[in-house]
Amino acid sequence: MSVLHSIRFTLNGKPVQAAVPVHLSAIDMLRDVFHLTGTKLGCGEGECGACTIIVDGVSVNSCLMFAVDCDGREVTTIEGLRTDEGLNPLQKAFVQHGAVQCGFCTPGMVMQGTALLNRRSSMTVEEVRRGIEGNLCRCTGYRKIIDTIASALHETSSEEIS
Amino acid sequence: MHDIKRYLVPVSLEEAVRAAAEGDATLLAGGTDLMPQTRTGARSFSPTLINLKRVPGLRGVSRENGNIRLGALTTVTDVLNDVLLREAAPVLPETADHFASDQVRNSATIGGNICNASPAGDMIIPLLLLDAVVELASWNGEAVETRSMPLEEFFVGPGRTKRQPGEILTAVRFPVPGEGFIARFVKFGTRPALDISVVSIGVAGVKENGTLRRVRMAFGAVAPVPVRGRTTEAAVEGRPLTAETIRQASEATQEDISPISDVRASAWYRRELVRTLTTRILNDVSTS
Ligand SMILES: Cc1cc2nc3c(=O)[nH]c(=O)nc-3n(C[C@H](O)[C@H](O)[C@H](O)COP(=O)(O)OP(=O)(O)OC[C@H]3O[C@@H](n4cnc5c(N)ncnc54)[C@H](O)[C@@H]3O)c2cc1C
Ligand code: FES
Ligand code: FES
Repeated sequence: MSVLHSIRFTLNGKPVQAAVPVHLSAIDMLRDVFHLTGTKLGCGEGECGACTIIVDGVSVNSCLMFAVDCDGREVTTIEGLRTDEGLNPLQKAFVQHGAVQCGFCTPGMVMQGTALLNRRSSMTVEEVRRGIEGNLCRCTGYRKIIDTIASALHETSSEEIS
Repeated sequence: MHDIKRYLVPVSLEEAVRAAAEGDATLLAGGTDLMPQTRTGARSFSPTLINLKRVPGLRGVSRENGNIRLGALTTVTDVLNDVLLREAAPVLPETADHFASDQVRNSATIGGNICNASPAGDMIIPLLLLDAVVELASWNGEAVETRSMPLEEFFVGPGRTKRQPGEILTAVRFPVPGEGFIARFVKFGTRPALDISVVSIGVAGVKENGTLRRVRMAFGAVAPVPVRGRTTEAAVEGRPLTAETIRQASEATQEDISPISDVRASAWYRRELVRTLTTRILNDVSTS
């Protein structure tokens, strides 16, 4: 067993701390230590994006990240998108557009969509498509997912989406 | 199974190389190679894990004394968006655009791509075209010592480099390309970006009157290490880029490569791809 290392970081807006085995991945820590099971483990090797979280403003695969590397950083998971009214606008858009089938890829898609929204106020459909290249949906609902993210971008900006 | 005894997070280069000098350490940057390799058991941890991510000064692109320098912790996303590179060496952002996914690019570092020493390491190809040199830092008992080595000489075999156990790769640098320099990168895989290259090819040179000079060719995933294609270079150097020159160059590639068959492609298919892609990329250069 690897040595434990104590870390402190901000998780969904709240300061937290944990002592984790050094080899542990961030996703295993989120799910098994913090019991935040919204983040999904698909492939465990960076291919599917189901485990996407946001760290210091950028999206990463939590299955490729060492938990100890969360130390001092700001981590957001799907649970952190919740607002006082419940689902946030992007999440509602996923529901409205029927961009969810079995739902396994959805937390990762929403997190990656959030990262894209944070980065740019406008994006073409093609840019959204490229932006979710690292997210697989085995129910093959890409069209609706792309439209959902593009429409959310449209709503948050005055710029034209082509 | 995993038995890491010590975890260190150095906050200066001196601290990092002193820790590395104690021996038997695994270095961590973005973790996008290290995590899957250790999880599957393809590789085991050394007793000490050193996280390089908090060492200051190792991330970013700068221009100094006619060179462009990429710190080892510069991410592939940093390269993709870098204004200086887009102007002075656009082949690097273009290659970054074909690298994995947004999420992987946000974590993956240039130093990790080089030190992982995969024959298919994508960022290595444009760096070979640019005559890049790696900088390695170590602790000599009294001070931080740095040595440099051409990137081309750095690779020994799949996953193996000339980096000594106590050394940390701090940067890769290359001369600012001159007037008329052009460079192209193509990658062939089954998914557009998020895939290990089946074959990748780079070409560069200075174009004057339909002729390419100071030609550089580099091939990925077709030899034990990423290679410069010297036979192909000689077939192109100083000759008008006619259909015949391009045909001869595409044939010459076959001398430069020694592909194997693996899960991604057979050796025969890789040879055909290199021939075809070289024709394509040189046609593109001849008309641009
Ligand atoms: C889904 C997926 C897709 C991928 N797609 C691509 C792709 O398209 N193209 C491609 O080329 N690669 C790809 N990769 C591989 C990987 O992302 C890259 O090689 C990446 O650049 C590694 O960087 P890192 O910072 O994550 O390295 P790490 O995993 O942290 O380290 C890799 C190796 O380098 C050593 N190391 C790291 N930094 C240093 C340093 N400064 N000094 C000395 N040693 C060091 C580590 O000890 C380790 O052995 C992919 C990986 C995944 C999981
Ligand atoms: S579980 Fe992380 S990318 Fe698939
Ligand atoms: S909705 Fe089932 S995997 Fe995407």
